[in-house]
Amino acid sequence: MIEINNLVKNYGAKFAVDDISFKVEKGEIVGFLGPNGAGKSTTMNILTGYLSSTSGEAKVGGIDILENPYEAKKLIGFLPEQPPLYVDMTVDEYLNFVYEVKNCKLNRRKHLEEVRQVTKIDDVKNRLIKNLSKGYRQRVGIAQALVGNPPVIIFDEPTVGLDPKQIIEIRNLIRNLGKTHTVILSTHILSEVQAICDRVVIINEGKIIADEKTENITRAVEDNRRYSVKICGPQREVLSALKSINGVLSAEVTGERELDSYTYRVEAERGVDIRKPIFFAMSEKDWPIIGMEAVNMNLEEVFIRIMDGSLSKQ
Amino acid sequence: MFAIYKKEMRNYFTTPLGYVFMAMFLAVSGFMFALKTLQVPTADLSEFLKWMVYGYVVLIPVLTMRIFAEERRTRTEQLLLTAPVSIWGMVFAKFLAAFTMFGGTILVGCLYYLTMFLYSDDGPNVAKALGCFIAMVLIGMCFIAVGVFVSSLTESTVIASLGTMAILLVFACIDRLRDIFNLPRALQTAVEWISVSSRYENFRMGLFDYGDAVYYFSITVVFLFLTVRIYESRRYA
Repeated sequence: MIEINNLVKNYGAKFAVDDISFKVEKGEIVGFLGPNGAGKSTTMNILTGYLSSTSGEAKVGGIDILENPYEAKKLIGFLPEQPPLYVDMTVDEYLNFVYEVKNCKLNRRKHLEEVRQVTKIDDVKNRLIKNLSKGYRQRVGIAQALVGNPPVIIFDEPTVGLDPKQIIEIRNLIRNLGKTHTVILSTHILSEVQAICDRVVIINEGKIIADEKTENITRAVEDNRRYSVKICGPQREVLSALKSINGVLSAEVTGERELDSYTYRVEAERGVDIRKPIFFAMSEKDWPIIGMEAVNMNLEEVFIRIMDGSLSKQ
Repeated sequence: MFAIYKKEMRNYFTTPLGYVFMAMFLAVSGFMFALKTLQVPTADLSEFLKWMVYGYVVLIPVLTMRIFAEERRTRTEQLLLTAPVSIWGMVFAKFLAAFTMFGGTILVGCLYYLTMFLYSDDGPNVAKALGCFIAMVLIGMCFIAVGVFVSSLTESTVIASLGTMAILLVFACIDRLRDIFNLPRALQTAVEWISVSSRYENFRMGLFDYGDAVYYFSITVVFLFLTVRIYESRRYA
């Protein structure tokens, strides 16, 4: 449904997007993951025809966005990073305008009502957009993308600035949309792609560094080899005891302390479960363990792993 | 395209802008009309026309300053530029909306002219007056195109309005250079060619000159074309 080939966008010597290629099949939800400034928004803006590329091609439904923008744009619903809202309009006026500007042919009343219900903005339809909260504005932005029922939907950071409840609602909404649409969304939150996407394209400094099924990323993230352990006991001795356990790669004090207990960060060798050995080693010395939890990888660490190539080996 | 036109027209009336423009326009033109015709007294509108062009320098930017600048500032242009609308369609729709506001206001202003009939037994020269009105509309059209263009250059409405005023001032006053300085022949011709005011002489006399009309339309098209180019080039920036 979406095809990007050797896309490049540079501003002088700075490459915002540096030769990226990927495909999105019909009905897929693809997450575009990367730190801020990685080139996610630029790629999306090119794909939707807002920016043009320096070289390379972007196709939507087989139509090149530069050669035939009119037809290609009809297939896309786009929510930019900042929702393009006319704040002097009411929600209803705004959606009607979008309906007209997209040259929609569906039954207006029924379609707009549907869109409002899916995005749960029916109760604010007569209010001015400028008086709406951030969460509602974001939803109006999403509603705008859905008008005309385009087969491809592109969301640029759809959950930024929302409260946790709203985030869950929006994620559910996107997951539902994925059943009938092709969806690309960008985010810099790892757990977000895990929660919604079938596939993840990881981008950094304008280059794609991984294109994986979400399961693979999840497996890598959950392949926990690091624990945060809270132990009561003399700091230096506990540390050396931890280091001497078989299978422990490294151990360090995190600096967190609570009365007589310290928190240590312990990393295990690959494929070794060190939780039991830690327990036995500490109980032998009479140093009670009062807390132990797995430390999930964050985005930066996933990056490092991908760069190492250790992700694809799994 | 019609959707954008409708949205722009709505915007003039849901914000104070449209009313402010109409009020200002009618006040300024009413004042000048009184000063340049009723007070003189004369039924000849040509002096009034000349002064209205200077009035336009301040009035037209009110109408056009936010037309693109605001969309750029609030990022709503992203919606328009990713919607299946051509850039020409978008630019023309916005120009047309501003022109509709302007044209509508000037039509109301025509009522002033009716007062002329009170003061003259055989009525004023209708052909001459019509020429003046046509010239006023054509000059306004050009100036709106200039304003639309300047608005597409910036995201600040203040800069857009000041920039428009500056350019319009040049258009309106450049022929004064000819009176002040002793310009060489070639430069003089060039100034006359560019000057908006030297083009309405025939209209003032009640003559409809196709050449002059084409001049005004050309200026309009050139500035709208430049606006389209600005939008196209910004995609490549």
